[in-house]
Order: sequence, then structure tokens, then C-alpha cells
Amino acid sequence: MNGRGSVLLLTAPALVLMAVFLIGPLLAVIALSFTSYQLGAPSLSFVGMANYIEMTEDATVRISLANTLIYVGVVVPVSVGLGLGAALLIEADPSLRGFYRASYFLPVMATLIAMAIVWEFMLDARFGAVNMLLRAMGLGPYDFLHDRKLVLYTLAGIGVWQNVGFNMVLFMAGLTAVPRELYEAAAVDGAGRGFERFKLVTWPMLGPVTLFTVVITAIRAFQVFDTVKVLTEGGPNKASEVLLHTIYAEAFNFFRNGYAAALVVVFLLFIMALSAVRLFVLGRSRT
Amino acid sequence: MLVETQARGAVRIDGLAKRFGDTTVLDGIDLDIVAGEFVTILGPSGCGKSTLLRIVAGLETETAGSVSIDGAPMKGLAPNARDIAMVFQSYALYPHLTVAENIAVPLRMRQLTPMQRLLGLAPRAVRGSIGAEVQSVAAMLRIESLLPRRPAQLSGGQKQRVALARAMVRRPRVFLMDEPLSNLDAELRVHMRAEIAQLHRQLGATFLYVTHDQVEAMTMSDRVAVIMGGRLQQVASPDVLYRDPDTLAVAQFVGTPRINVLAGGRLGLQAAQVAVRPERLQAHGLGLAPPPQAGQGIEGRLVYRENLGSDLFLHVEVPGVPAALIARADPAAGETFAIGDRLVLAVDPRHVLSFDAAGKRIRP
Amino acid sequence: MSGVRLSPVARVLRHLVLMTGTVAMLGPFVVMLMTSFKPKAEIFAPKFHLLPHSWGGTENYITALTQVPLLHFLLNGAIVTAAIFLLQVLVNMPAAYALAKRRFRGRDTMFATVLVCLLIPYQAIALPLYILFFSTGILDTYASLVLPFTISVFGIFLMRQFFLGVPDDLIDAARVDGMSEYRIVWGVMAPTAMPALIAFGIFSVVAHWNDYFWPLIAVASQELYTPPMGIAFLKQNGEGTAYGPLMAAATIVITPLVLAFLVAQRRFIEGITFTGLKG
Repeated sequence: MNGRGSVLLLTAPALVLMAVFLIGPLLAVIALSFTSYQLGAPSLSFVGMANYIEMTEDATVRISLANTLIYVGVVVPVSVGLGLGAALLIEADPSLRGFYRASYFLPVMATLIAMAIVWEFMLDARFGAVNMLLRAMGLGPYDFLHDRKLVLYTLAGIGVWQNVGFNMVLFMAGLTAVPRELYEAAAVDGAGRGFERFKLVTWPMLGPVTLFTVVITAIRAFQVFDTVKVLTEGGPNKASEVLLHTIYAEAFNFFRNGYAAALVVVFLLFIMALSAVRLFVLGRSRT
Repeated sequence: MLVETQARGAVRIDGLAKRFGDTTVLDGIDLDIVAGEFVTILGPSGCGKSTLLRIVAGLETETAGSVSIDGAPMKGLAPNARDIAMVFQSYALYPHLTVAENIAVPLRMRQLTPMQRLLGLAPRAVRGSIGAEVQSVAAMLRIESLLPRRPAQLSGGQKQRVALARAMVRRPRVFLMDEPLSNLDAELRVHMRAEIAQLHRQLGATFLYVTHDQVEAMTMSDRVAVIMGGRLQQVASPDVLYRDPDTLAVAQFVGTPRINVLAGGRLGLQAAQVAVRPERLQAHGLGLAPPPQAGQGIEGRLVYRENLGSDLFLHVEVPGVPAALIARADPAAGETFAIGDRLVLAVDPRHVLSFDAAGKRIRP
Repeated sequence: MSGVRLSPVARVLRHLVLMTGTVAMLGPFVVMLMTSFKPKAEIFAPKFHLLPHSWGGTENYITALTQVPLLHFLLNGAIVTAAIFLLQVLVNMPAAYALAKRRFRGRDTMFATVLVCLLIPYQAIALPLYILFFSTGILDTYASLVLPFTISVFGIFLMRQFFLGVPDDLIDAARVDGMSEYRIVWGVMAPTAMPALIAFGIFSVVAHWNDYFWPLIAVASQELYTPPMGIAFLKQNGEGTAYGPLMAAATIVITPLVLAFLVAQRRFIEGITFTGLKG
């Protein structure tokens, strides 16, 4: 019972499922990217690098990739910065701490599709709460979701709104890991409060958590899809087209599966590079 | 010499109390510490001794009473404004700074403006003087070779030295130490004990040292303040504390093995409780020794021989006494005793300590 | 952080900044709830006001629940998330135990594979899975919603890390007492791993209750819609601007998780933090 047989029994379900639902599909998608496969077609032909070459000439892909990078470039620094600020401010004093923590975390929990629709309503150019507020300040109105210049940043704003709380709790975990005696040593040394203490103790101690939070947020931001699909479908005029949405459209609207697979490979390369950084950070923080 | 040895660093603690909500951590502590003295605050864990130290440091605020240093009241002063230094149990070294930078922190905080610190600029003269002071402290503690390293690359004993160096470099009036040796292994602890005591003699500053380890307290201090349950039990030199304790609690806390406690009637005394140190009990084989005088011998059965090489402790079960009595014997002389033997423990009445029912010492 | 208290000015400033943030964070939820109570005329009124002047909630919620079978979607969501979590536990725990506490040939290879799989975002393999399910005929079934997530390498990784900390002596004692390896997994390891299991459960339920990408691909029949699909469907197929019922539906969809969160706030935050930091 304690021998090889039992190990096989313990691991077999996981191994089989891993092969069928992870490794197999991963290899399949890479293989598909070199074919002209179309769903339902009786046969497929090997086309070599054709899909990848086509990609470099595809304006949609170029826009989509650029938009995704802009989106990540906005969401990551803003939501990490705000998350850090929120964590520091909330932990600085016990007053209303629980309330603030719950408030900032709520968007992380809430179904994004549902909240996206709420945002759409709030951002409406005519009767949305946001434009009403802006009008009171003598600004606008802006058609946030239909203005080509604004739409991507609007979606990034929703992404920030959703991610701040997540980053906040990661930073809070980092803060509780800072030894109390270090703060006390700083107090005795003359860096007891405010920015001096932050610079001498808090920030250096948060270093690994910060790097980690940046990477994990970047991965999450790269996977932006829900808000785009339900609010803009990539429009207007591809102004909010992002990578995952392009892949979805190629694969399931146009059924150009070989080409979509090639796009997936590109998407994968980005995510895997980021994930590798994450694993590296994890591994280093553990030793 | 790093610090001029005139008298500074007299600490006066007056009626100090600390309460967290309903729990009283410290109650009516009065303690006068002479400049340059090494005073240890000794007590079991949770007795409030660390809280007392942290109040002196300014890391916590007192509920009542006051702390003053050299006559100046400390109330409301930030820790860095009190001219004290503290060595923490976990050493609390800044992990991202090198040893040299760690030691320099208190100097930088004091000698540079916020703007200079922010920009990382320092006038050459100041930078030079800080560097020189770091060097001289490092030389004193023999850690010059460690200066470029980071804390993670140091052993426990090395971290301990760096923490001491960071405390020394600011030349404080008072050194506060919170169980600084408790994270070291036994051998190193003995070594550092001697080193800290020597450092105290060299610096001539006041040392206020918190520990739960009575051996540290007894070996290092000029005086020991025993705190139990938030109250100061006794302040005295180690010798007096051992020979002449004010309360039964102190008598029991100090000394290994523990002092023997009996009902007074056992020795024909009026006191509710009496206590005798193991070395003041003389064990004799029943019938071999001259019979003890009435009321000064206790008869019992040997249940355990604890041979430490230099000493032999005989554990003797006595009917009606809850814990076995312990008597020290010479290992050679004690060889004749076997487990199960009936022994008589002779007591010299001059060394019997008497206490009332509340545990207060009754002195003749 | 330690005994240093903020100055009165700093305390006021802290509340000022954090309250502003709270308005931004909670604003959408408040607007959603209030709008779900308003009659149509008020929603499209030229002047915005937060509180409803007259009650339109009953009609909105009835419309939301009848125009699409929203309750049925919620039930689907519950079935799918529960099934996924249950199967994940069944598959993960024995594997994690073997990886943490058994020595066998290929263990390092298996763990390395788990680490590699950890890098695969599921969106990347959705396409081949779709083709696989299409060709095996299980597309558009409950199974198609559940099966791809029965293997959670993240869960295996997480539980393994936790199991590493369980003392070997405890397992040896169980073996001496005559427990089988399966009894050890479920009778000894699982109870000690409760905190990690709960954290993983919260992570898993939140992720799959809210997931939109895969159900959108795997399911076509309305009977199989999960809550996010349901509300997207309502938006596209109702009159897209019927915000009253739409807000009512949004409220209904997010309520189960939000309620659970408010009841067990600490556990949720711990769970997401724990899985976030370890994953």
C-alpha cells in the first residue's frame, strides 16, 4: 500500500488531467499556429511561418498589441501606486480601518461584467453620473466609451478601479511582515515617523512585494477582455482593440483558428515572460 | 576613550504605571538609577519588564508616573530626543543597508538635514566625521572586517555586535537593552555576557538591561530590579538578592536549583513559611551522623541523585511536603547515598529565611 | 505600526484622502443599487440625483427576473463553481500530498511540469479545448463548463507548499496506526490544511463565479448560461438602455459574493492575499 502503486493512485488523476487539459492543448495551440486550420474543415495544411508573417502585416494586430501595452502601461503603475498608498494610509491608524479595507477590496470581488455595465451607465454622455459631476465643475461632457481618444484610457480606469484593492491587500500583507522592532529602532535612531520612516524601513522592506505586485498586475492587465467585450467590442474603430479580444474574434467570430493560434502564441510569450519573473521573485523571497 | 566618564545618565522612575484597558501591566514602579550604573530588570516573561524599558525609551507612553533622565522629565519626548540608545532582541538591523550604513544611521539622522539625506548629499566634513566615528566604534567591537557586509550575511553574534555598535556610535547617556542575548546559542551567550559587562566598564554610561535569565542578571549587574506581576519586588545587588530576599517570590525566582520551601512548623518556627537554599541543607545517612537537634533535622527518602560533576544534588522526598527537598552535597561524599536510602537533612537555623503567609520576609 | 500615533492634522488628512477613494470605489455600487430602485423616467432625467424620488424597484427587479431566467443562471453559477471546486479538491489533494511527502521516481519532473503549467493562462488554451470539446460533442454542456478547470496546477502548488510544513512524524504516526494513503490525505492532511483549503476555495469560487471568457466560448444554449453571461445577454438583447432592470440584474448577480464577503471579510481578504502571494 505504501509502495509505487499508491503513488500512482495519488497522482494519476492529476497527471491525466494535466496532460489532457494543459500540456496537450498547449502543444496543440503551438502546432495549430503553423497551420491554416479552420473549425469544421475536413483537413488542414501546414503553412509554416505564414500566420506569423501575416501577423506582422496585420494592422489590427499592430493596433491591438499597442493598445494592450498602453493599457498595461497605465493600469500597472496607477493601480500599484494607489494600492500602496491605500495600504499605507489605512494601516497608519486604526480609525475606520476595517471599513476602508472592505470598501477598497469590494471591486476585486464583484463580477466584472456586471460592474462594467454599471460603469457604462455612469459614463454615459447624457445622463451618466460622471458627466453630471464634471458638468457641475464646468467640464465635459465626454463620451468616454465612444470617443476614440478616450476609450482605452476609460477602460484602463475601470481596470485600475478593479485592481487597486487587490494590490492593496498584497501590500498590507507585506506591511505586516515588517518586524515591529525595526520601526522602533528607526524611532530611536531619529526616523520615527512620516517620510523618514518610510524611506528607512517601509519602502526597502516592501521591495520584493512591490516587484511581485507589479508583475502580477501586469499579468492580470494583459488578460483584459471582459470590459472590452461587453462595453466596446474593440471599438470605436479598433481604438480599444486588445490582444485577447482580437484572438477571440479571430477564433470564434471568423473561425480563422490557425491564425488565432499564432496570436495566442504571441500572447503566451508575454504572459510567460512575466510569469517567469514572478516565479523568480517567489523563489528568491523564499530563500 | 569613546565616552567621557563623568556622571551622566541618572535615570529616575517615579510611580510609573501602565494599563492597557483593564489590564495593569505595570503598577507603581519607583526606581532610581545612578549615573553609570548597570541595572538589570529581571522577571518572568509577561511581568512587564519590557514595557518598562520601552516606556523609558519613549516607544510607549506611561499611564501614570514619570521618567526623568539627569533631572529632565522625558514626558512627551520622542525616542531620538532622549539621548538613549536601544539594543533589540532581534537586533533590528536594517536589512537593505550594509553594516557601516546601519551604524551610521543615527549619526546621519542627527547631523544631516532632511534635504541632504533625501538627495544623498552630505558635506565632505560631515561625511568624513561620520565615517571616522563608524570606524572607531567598529574597531572597538572588532567588526571592521564586517563593515561592507549586509545583515543577512552575518552570524547571530556578529549581528549582536553590529547592534551594539549602532547603539554606541551615538554616545548616549543611557543604553537600553531588551533581552539582547536571548537569540544566541549558549556558548556565545556566555561570551557576550562578559563582553557587554566589559563594554559597560569602558563606556561608563548607564546600562538598563532587561532579561528573564537570572544568570545574566546575577553575573552582569551592579544592581538587579526584580519585577513580578507588574510590581517591583526588590532592588538590590545580586549578592543581597540571593542571600537576603524581601519576598518568597524573589527567593524562589533567583537561584538554581530552586530554594526549598516548607511550612514554618516543620522547623519549629512561628513563620508561616520558611525557605532554605540547597547548599544550606546537610544530608546525613540515618543513624550514621550525630543525631540532629530537635526541630532542625528533616527526615526523608532519597528519590533522585542529580550529579552535575562539580555538585551533587540530592532530591529527598519528605512526607507532607509537596515538592522534594534538594540538598547540595559533595559528589565524593555523596557517593555512599543510594536511591531509596533514608536521609536526615540538617538545617543551620542561621540560614533559614522566614516569610509570612503573604510571602513577605520576616526579619529577626 | 508601533505606538507612534498620527498627529490630529494627519488623522484628518488621512480620512479625507481615504474617503475620497472610498467614494470612487463604492460609487458604482451605490449608483447601481439606487438606479435599480428608480423608475425609467427618473433614470433618464436630465438632472442626476442619487436617491430615487419615486419607487420603481419592484418593476425593475421583476423585469430582470422574468425577461431572462436570472435565477436559473444563478443556479447554474452555483452548480458550476461548486462542481469545479469539489473536483479540484479531489484531484489536487492527493497529488499535492504525493509531491510534498512521498519520494518517488519522477517526482521532480512532475513538480517541474506543475511549475510550467502554472505559467499557462487558460485563455491561451481555450482554442484547442474548444476544438477538443467540439469534436467530442461535449461542447455546450455543464461538463464543458467544468472539465477544463478540474485540474488546478495552482491548487496543487499551493497545497504542496502547505503540506511541506506538516511534520513527517504526523504522517508516520498515521501509518503506524494503520491508515491507508487515502485515509492520510483526507483524514490527516486535509484537516491540518483547512486554512489553505479555505483560501483556495475562496479564490476558486470568486474566479469561476465571475468568469466570462470560457463560458462565452463553451456554451450557446441559454439554459446553461452562468450569471456573467446572463447579464451580458440581458444587456445585448433587452433594450440595451433599459438601465433599471439591468442595474437590478447586476445587483442580483453580485449579491451572493458580496454578501459572503461582508460576512466573512477577513477570510476573503486573507484568502485572496494568500493565493495572490503564493501563486
